[in-house]
Parts: sequence; structure tokens; C-alpha cells
Amino acid sequence: MRKMRPNSAPWRAAAVLASVLLVGSMAACGNSDTGGGSTDDGKITLGFSQVGAESGWRTANTTSIKEAAAAAGIELKFDDAQQKQENQIKAIRNYIQQKVDVIAFSPVVESGWDTVLKEAKDAGIPVILTDRSVDSADKSLYKTFLGSDFVKEGRLAGEWLIEQKKTASGPVNIVELQGNTGAAPANDRKKGFGEAIAANPNLKIIASQPGDFTRAGGKQVMEQFLKANPKIDVLFAHNDDMGLGALEAITAAGKVPGKDITIITVDAVKDGMQALADGKFNFIAECSPLLGPQLMDLAKKVHAGEEVPARIETEETTFTQEQAKEALPNRKY
Amino acid sequence: MNDTMSRYRTMTGHRLFWPAAVLVVMLVANTIYRPGFLSIELKDGHLYGTPIDILRLSAPLILVALGMTLVISTGGIDLSVGSLCAISGAIACMYISKQPDQNSLAVVLTALAMALGVALVLGAWNGVLVAVIGIQPIIATLILMVAGRGLAQLITQGQIITINSEPFRAIGLGHLLTLPLAIFIALAAALLVAAFTRRTALGMIVESVGGNAVASRLAGIRSGRVIFLAYVLSAVCAAVAGFMMTANVSSADGNAVGLWVELDAILAVVIGGTSLAGGRFFLSGTILGALIIQTLTTTVYAMNISPQTSLLFKAVVVIAVCLIQAPAFRARFTRRRGSVPPSSAIADKPKEQVPA
Repeated sequence: MRKMRPNSAPWRAAAVLASVLLVGSMAACGNSDTGGGSTDDGKITLGFSQVGAESGWRTANTTSIKEAAAAAGIELKFDDAQQKQENQIKAIRNYIQQKVDVIAFSPVVESGWDTVLKEAKDAGIPVILTDRSVDSADKSLYKTFLGSDFVKEGRLAGEWLIEQKKTASGPVNIVELQGNTGAAPANDRKKGFGEAIAANPNLKIIASQPGDFTRAGGKQVMEQFLKANPKIDVLFAHNDDMGLGALEAITAAGKVPGKDITIITVDAVKDGMQALADGKFNFIAECSPLLGPQLMDLAKKVHAGEEVPARIETEETTFTQEQAKEALPNRKY
Repeated sequence: MNDTMSRYRTMTGHRLFWPAAVLVVMLVANTIYRPGFLSIELKDGHLYGTPIDILRLSAPLILVALGMTLVISTGGIDLSVGSLCAISGAIACMYISKQPDQNSLAVVLTALAMALGVALVLGAWNGVLVAVIGIQPIIATLILMVAGRGLAQLITQGQIITINSEPFRAIGLGHLLTLPLAIFIALAAALLVAAFTRRTALGMIVESVGGNAVASRLAGIRSGRVIFLAYVLSAVCAAVAGFMMTANVSSADGNAVGLWVELDAILAVVIGGTSLAGGRFFLSGTILGALIIQTLTTTVYAMNISPQTSLLFKAVVVIAVCLIQAPAFRARFTRRRGSVPPSSAIADKPKEQVPA
């Protein structure tokens, strides 16, 4: 339709080729360290396939794994799947061919792993899942799942609130900023928090909307919460970023975050910890990406053939304002 | 009697009548649900209230949809606007965050100029792919939609870049005459585009290119140049929208800024009455469309509609707006009521019983 020049066919072909090359090279630049074979020098070789680099949390996760591998003397083969399952399956097949000692990966999605996990099992290579789980019915396909317990994070947040509002005689109005609708962290944190605050009938969630884990989302939702509900006592945000966005909405409404409205979040990224140390947040339940050392420990154990529990929680803690002030200088992410 | 009827028909026949009616219905429904919905108060020397929020938050969408209107009018589509928002926001925030004095006006202006420059180049890239090389617009802009998101994350290194710069913040949160500055920027852009397209022949040229590119070329219009310009303009609009989005929260998130805004923009254009097939375009309709979309989002939060049903709620409203907008659908509806004398052969057919 838009043939501006009569001889545009070669032009078009060249442009399509150029753009394909451009996109292709962009896709390729994140990959690394998948080549080369395993050497038998007694060193454990660990093949790890990461989801991608979609957030600061994920970048910290990657750094932790790389540093812990170097510290533990484990040879790490690292692959970035760029949010694509097929990349991850390819990487795992590569690791199987290279006969690495242990394979670990953070699954991009929950389903569709049975075939490739079976291949790993047949090749006698133990698999460890990190951060996210898979829905395979056959639990023998992987040795263990190392990751955060989102329900527990929500529960810890709720229990802290119960403790704070022990003496409250009147109703305590809570608003909740959820993560993406249907995402496991959102569902589980909501569940854990809801179960914990059920212990005190005064605590009531009066509004709950998804802020999609982003600052802009958290802010936009909080603006309307504030206008629709004259009395909000507590905000529970499913991650720090939504809480940070909500801070701006609360300030714009002429209220003091951390005093007029108690703010509880999950994650404990650096900006969130800063807000906690500054007294704008009141409590953070940590969701730690720093599972590298635990992973290396597990890799050694499964390589030695030791039995490990099927579910291992990441070592996580909670932070109050005072604890945040202490921890902030050493925060890595 | 006949006079009022015909006046009624002229009014309802206006292409902006039905979208405006839907907007009013939404506002009324909200006010019934919560009487304070429309209330506005003065806080810290500027107006504060839900209607003000809607204006401020719809500003970036209005901008993106403006550019999209022209692109769609040429018979194309620009899927890369969301990624362009992310890239421009990322470049501006990254530059500002590296400067010792983030509050300096010169720093902010340099940052904006840099980001706009990159947007111009990327818009030109889209324009060349579509206008010069002749790749289908949906494919040509898909390249930048996918690669651009990656580019934005490369710029921010996968982190959320937080800045503390008052002049930059003003783009998203500043006030002018007690109203949000962002809405003035969006309206100024709209007036500028309107002046260029409606006070000169440019608008008609764009429409003729969208209507029939080959015929326009034969008539002596350089179609390629017009199409190229539309993509460049769309990119610049997206870049300014990106500034607003990042300034709104004083941080650039390469992963989230402008995510899916291209779809909202296309929807705004369609609600505004511009055909996706190209040809005639309606800037005022697009602005109304953007306001409807933002009001819809705000309604979901204000009424606390559960997240599981909110998507369905939005879809139902959007379908209703699109149907009510379509003259064919309205004609069918009015004919059934019998207020319009049957004029077509179909109308003369006896009514059929259909199972519900």
C-alpha cells in the first residue's frame, strides 16, 4: 500500500534483516558463560539459570549467587533467560550436555518443566529450584525448593500490627495495596496478613486494590483510598515500591506518613529501608534476594548425596525503624 | 415538537455527544456512590480532589493519544510509545541522578533536551521503517516496543532510579493557577497540534494520506514525508508523557513506566471516533477518550471494585462506549423504538422472533 519507491523490495529486505539483527544482538548480550565443558578437578560445577534482570531485587539476587559461588569455591555457569521459558530450557539442556554437577534455576513460569527436569534426572544431575516453584506433580524431579515464604511475610506483618494495636479499643481501619492480581506473592501475602489480623476483630481491611508492585500504581490507588475513606489508620503494601508511591499521596493529602497512618510493607529494598529509617514507614517484613550462600551450601550437600528437606526457606527477618537505621549502611540492594 | 426532535437529533448526532454522555454517567454514578467524589478543596494553595487527580493522571495519556491519533489517521499504528515513555524517563532521571545539584534548572533542561533528542531519533527510526522502507507499521513499531523496553532497562541497569529534583518533579506534580501543570502541558500540546493540522492544510493532507496513500501521492502530496512526520511527532509526545509519568513518582522504573499505555492510547483514539483504518481524525474526541479511560480507572479504585471483577467492569464499559458510538448500532436501537421512520430496506422487513 505504501510503495513510495518502485524498487523498494531490496530496501525492505535489508531493513528487516537489519532490525532482526539488532533485536537478536540485544537478546544475545545478556547471555554469558554457557559454553565450555565441565572439568573434573574436584571442584563442584553449578549451572544456574536466572529469570532475567527485571528489578533491583533480581539484580541483587544474581550478585548474591555469583559472590557466594566464588566464596564457596564452586564453579558457576550463569545464564540469563530474559524472562523466556525456552531460553531456560535451552540453558538447562546445555548444562546437562556439559555434565555439570548441580543445576539450579528460578523458573520463569510454574508449568511445563516436566520433560527437561526428567532429562536432568536421567542424566543423574540433581536440580535445585530457587525463589519460585514449579507445579510438577512428580516431586522427585527436583531435590529441593529454596525460596521465600510469602505467606509468612504477610503473617509477620500482620502479627506486628496485632502487637501494636493490642490496646486499641475502637476499630482500626486498614487499607491494602496488593501486587499484580493473581501473582503468587500478592495472593500469599494477602492471605498471611489476613489470617494474622483475624485475631483482633477491631482490625479491619476497608479497601484493597492492586497497585501492580509499582510506585505509580501505589500512588494512584492510595490517592483514591484517601479521598474515599476519611479515616485510614494503617496501610499494608505488598512491596516497598507501592508503599513509597503511597507516601507521596499521603503527604499530598496533608497527612504525616508513619504517624497519622502506620505503614507496613514487604521486601526491604534500599529505598524502602531509607524510608523506614526516616520514620516514614513503620515496619518491613524482609523478602531477601540474598540466597546465594544458602544455595551454595545446598549444592554441596546434594552433590555429596546428602538428604535435604524438600522445602527450605530463605533466611529472612523483619525490620523496625531502629533496626533499619542500624542495617541501612550495609544494605546491598 | 418537530423542532425539539430535530434539535435533539442534531445534538445526539454530534460525534462527541455519546462519549461525553458516558463520561457524565460515570461521574454521576461515582457521585451517587460517594457524594464527595466531585468535591474539590483548596490545599497548600492548589486545588485538591478526585476530579483534579483525574485531570493530572490523564495528562500523559492525552499526550500519547494525540500522537497516536495522527499516526492512526495516516493508516498506521505506533506500538512503541510505551517503551518510548520508559526510555525518555530513564534518560532524564539517569542524567539528573548523576548531577551534584539535582535542583538546578539547567541540569533538568539538559536532561529533558537529551531525552527529547533520543526520542526524535527513535521516532525517525519508526518513520523511516514505515514511510521509506514500507514495513507494515504494526511490525515496524513492534521492534521498538520490544527492544525499547530492554533499552530502558539497560539505561537504568535494571534498577529503579530515584531522583530528588524539584524542577523535574514540577512536570508531573507542579501547579499553575491552582491546577496541575501537567494538564496545561497536555492541552498546550493539543492546541499546538490542532493549530497545525486544522489552521493549515496539514490536517487534510494527513487525512488524505490515511484515506488513500497512492491517490494522495498521485495528487501531488508527498505521502512518505507526512507519514514520517506523524511517527516523529508521536515519539516526541510519548517522550513528554514519559517525563510526566516519571516525575509523578520522582523515579524511573524501566520495567513499569508506560507499560501498556500504547493500548490505552489506541483505545482513547477509537473512543474519540477516529477509525483504525485511517482517514478522518478527531483530536477533541481523543482527549475525551483519554479522560474516559482515566475516569474508569479512578472509578475502580474509588468504588473499591474487587480486582477480580474490575477488568471485566472496564471491558463492559469500553464495549458499551464503542457500541453507543457506532452510528450503525444506534440506528438499530432507535429503529426498534420506532422513533425514526424506517428508511432502509432492512427496516421494512417483518420482525423476526429470535431465541434469547
